[in-house]
Amino acid sequence: MANVVFKVGDDVSTDIIYPGRFMATVLPTETPQYAFIDYPEFNARIKKNEFPKGSIIVAGKNFGCGSSREQAASCLKGPDFVVVARNFSRIFMQNAINLGLKMVICPTIEANEGDDLEITAEQVVNQTSGKSFPLIPMPKARQAIIDAGGLIPFTRKLVLEAQGRG
Amino acid sequence: MGMTMVEKILARASGQSAVKAGDVVEPKVDLAMSHENGALVINQFNEIYKDTGLEARVWDPSRIAIIFDHRVPAESSKTAGNQKKIRDFVARQGITKFHDIRGDGGGICHQILPEFGYVRPGKVVVGTDSHTTSHGALGAFSFGIGATEMAAVWALGKVLNVEVPGTIKVVCEGKFKRHVSPKDLILHLVGKLTAEGANFKVIEFHGPAIESMPTSGRLVICNMTVEAGATSGIVPPDAETLRYLKEEAGVTEVPELLGPDADAVYDQVITINVSKLQPQIACPHTVDNVKPIKAVLGVKINQIVIGSCTNGRLDDLAIAAKILKGKKVAKGTRMLIFPASTRIYLQALKKGYVAAFMEAGAVVMNSGCGPCLGVHQGALADGDVALATTNRNFKGRMGNPNAEVYLCSPAVAAASAITGVITDPRKRGE
Repeated sequence: MANVVFKVGDDVSTDIIYPGRFMATVLPTETPQYAFIDYPEFNARIKKNEFPKGSIIVAGKNFGCGSSREQAASCLKGPDFVVVARNFSRIFMQNAINLGLKMVICPTIEANEGDDLEITAEQVVNQTSGKSFPLIPMPKARQAIIDAGGLIPFTRKLVLEAQGRG
Repeated sequence: MGMTMVEKILARASGQSAVKAGDVVEPKVDLAMSHENGALVINQFNEIYKDTGLEARVWDPSRIAIIFDHRVPAESSKTAGNQKKIRDFVARQGITKFHDIRGDGGGICHQILPEFGYVRPGKVVVGTDSHTTSHGALGAFSFGIGATEMAAVWALGKVLNVEVPGTIKVVCEGKFKRHVSPKDLILHLVGKLTAEGANFKVIEFHGPAIESMPTSGRLVICNMTVEAGATSGIVPPDAETLRYLKEEAGVTEVPELLGPDADAVYDQVITINVSKLQPQIACPHTVDNVKPIKAVLGVKINQIVIGSCTNGRLDDLAIAAKILKGKKVAKGTRMLIFPASTRIYLQALKKGYVAAFMEAGAVVMNSGCGPCLGVHQGALADGDVALATTNRNFKGRMGNPNAEVYLCSPAVAAASAITGVITDPRKRGE
């Protein structure tokens, strides 16, 4: 079970998650300091490491739309957030899978900041409201990459196999 | 069963006779493009080879393109460091399609790729930039990916586990009225589909209004398909594509024109009569918040911007120069113009557009992406309102979350620069 620490609406763009003005910063160890920086209170709490690993961000439809900047995924991976959204934008979803950021697609999710959620293989149970919401599995095509822990280890294995050393 | 354009291209690129939407394929990549975020791609690329004992070599240096455009010339020592790191990598790997910060041959990646003939019909193009959708204008399947995905492409020469997207067919009938342009068409379409309406899908454009549209206009509409969430936009290549490749991109060989089958299966078909379109405006703070211009006439504008990978091409500048020539930018309004490439800049100089802009009071900047996404020059103050021919108006996009951005065509931007408020170019008699 984990706590919802931040809630946002529909169509949250990567300009909100990680504004373009910080794009020269690329290292995943450095990007979390700029996550949601235009929401100063939430950003300050991220910088102070206030959130336990697995804390939940709840979002509406089309989370991560806009730019392909990978910092928008790496800045949330650093503090190990789980993003539960009604659905995700394509490039953000692929970036998150590639970096091992945990996402849950839950088209009917209803939750508020402070609620406790339990995420199972089939559903999200809001322990606070007592309601449960079915989730949609990640695209099958990408499951192998999720299982490998991200695209870097997955690709490394392929490169080694190509050399006959896998 | 017939195939859509993207199904045909992906079948060919993955060595299969046929594929359909939903199939999982691993297409070979013909061109892999990055800009300054190549610095992050390099980190991830090196990470793949870490502790393997193998030398990190890209699969094919002739198929990688790197264009500096987001922060040119460098605005900080950090960016300069990233650019230096990329320059060193390019030299070490033997990457030839490299466009450094130069007055000859520099510019915005989505103009450089078509302009230098790097994109061909029927090919697979990936880029670490969401507006890589642009290159569907030349009949390629071209889509944006993240830096880690690109690192895998550099290593393997293919994109792993791609789900063949379904296709929305958009048929554009009629003829554009005066001062109504491809930008108005795509803004209208994004408003109609909404920001997620084409998520994980391709938009294939058809109809007489597309057939009579120059490649520069096709680049505008494909560019902004991503604002409806689309994986890519695509236009079946035709005589205009051949003309562009030969006359403007200097491509000598004649490419094959790969089109969709007549009995291709589409998820949805939308028909738009462009004759009925009026100028469209995307209002703050989402690109799908689109209204006809009459709904926002008179909104006071602090900064007008013409340029970007969407509308910084020569015919965009020609429209703006015609409207601005002999006029003045309104007091209290600033105007920034940044051509999409240095070649376009030079052409605009020779045609007298740059003089017309400067004499009107506009600031003509070097080619680049900076102002569009608030990373380099042209930042807005709290409470400022901008009107731009760029592609996004999300909160914070132009560098300040307490500012507002409206999106429009070059004609609307130029007419509004003279009055200082959102103005319908059709009403000014230019």
